Amino acid sequence: MSDTIELAVTRYRPEQDTQPWEQRYTVPCSDDMSVLDALNYIKDALDPSLSHRWSCRMAICGSCGVMVNGEPKLSCKTFLRDYREAGVLEVRALDNLPVERDLVADISGVVEHIEAVKPWLIRHSEPPVDTAHSQTPAQMARYHAFSQCINCALCYAACPQFGRNPAFLGPAALTLAQRYNLDSRDEGSSERMPWLNAEEGVWSCTFVGYCSEVCPKDVDPASAINRGKVASDINYGVNLFRLLRGKGDA
Amino acid sequence: MRRSHEPISWSLFGAGGMLLAFIGPGLIVSTLLLAWLVQDPQALYATLHSGLQHPLVRLATLAVIALPLYHTAHRLYHGLHDLHITGPTWLLGGVFYGGATALSALCAFWLFTL
Ligand code: SF4
Ligand code: FES
Repeated sequence: MSDTIELAVTRYRPEQDTQPWEQRYTVPCSDDMSVLDALNYIKDALDPSLSHRWSCRMAICGSCGVMVNGEPKLSCKTFLRDYREAGVLEVRALDNLPVERDLVADISGVVEHIEAVKPWLIRHSEPPVDTAHSQTPAQMARYHAFSQCINCALCYAACPQFGRNPAFLGPAALTLAQRYNLDSRDEGSSERMPWLNAEEGVWSCTFVGYCSEVCPKDVDPASAINRGKVASDINYGVNLFRLLRGKGDA
Repeated sequence: MRRSHEPISWSLFGAGGMLLAFIGPGLIVSTLLLAWLVQDPQALYATLHSGLQHPLVRLATLAVIALPLYHTAHRLYHGLHDLHITGPTWLLGGVFYGGATALSALCAFWLFTL
């Protein structure tokens, strides 16, 4: 059976295009083919000039994010069979980010935001070599879901606040800040709180919640940000108390 | 990074939302029930009036009215932002949070001069 499906790909080649334009490709369609398979088919068999990013093919590396029919998706985790009815798939680079070329979005701004919140364990003392930092299952459960983030930036493509103000740290960065702040082994929350406390931190979020809907790893960044608001709220109160006692702004 | 002062309005918003969610429906139902049980409007007024004599009841009533007002103001203020309806912060903040404050003050005045 010669089953095919049409892909309408938004192309942009900075050296020759003044603006993005749409190119249509007809590709084979079978139940087990992902959108990434279709893009690779185009690249290999139809048009080697198409640029797209991918690596692991199994929703781990986070590099293959694109907009599919207007929704942020990992192309390796999205299957053509789910779009048979629609007949045509519109594929473009992730929203809210500058386009480097064709389907490749420039995520350097997102990476900078993630780096800003110091997403690593901060310790002021080293543990004795023979005892690992032990952690109870309950302590691990506090942050475990937030540690599943693969930095794919789908949540940034989904977030209307980031779209309007790219200075907003955004879902993944704020989730990672929470992930480490909630880790019993970490001692660095005082270094991350100023980022959370800022207008560009948790307070730009109006709890739209689309980030959590599109997250391919069920990280639930919207809940992480809301918990960050509680943490920032408490921090505000504690700081007010400090100021009232004549101490400096923390 | 400059600290945002949003925690003030967010705390009021959160407290109002919590109150509304937990006891709002119960309050509405019990008030309706009271109206149904005490059919005579004058007797109902007298019942509620005597209940409101205690300062703690007045304070609780004020909280149940004022905090949801702030909750609503905060929702509308940020809702406008989400709908791309923008304006000077002082004006929108004044209308919504100022409005909630004015209505709360009015309510406090009524409650404590009953
Ligand atoms: S929170 Fe989810 S959507 Fe956002 S970068 Fe992490 S894995 Fe991707
Ligand atoms: S190719 Fe690695 S997540 Fe899709």
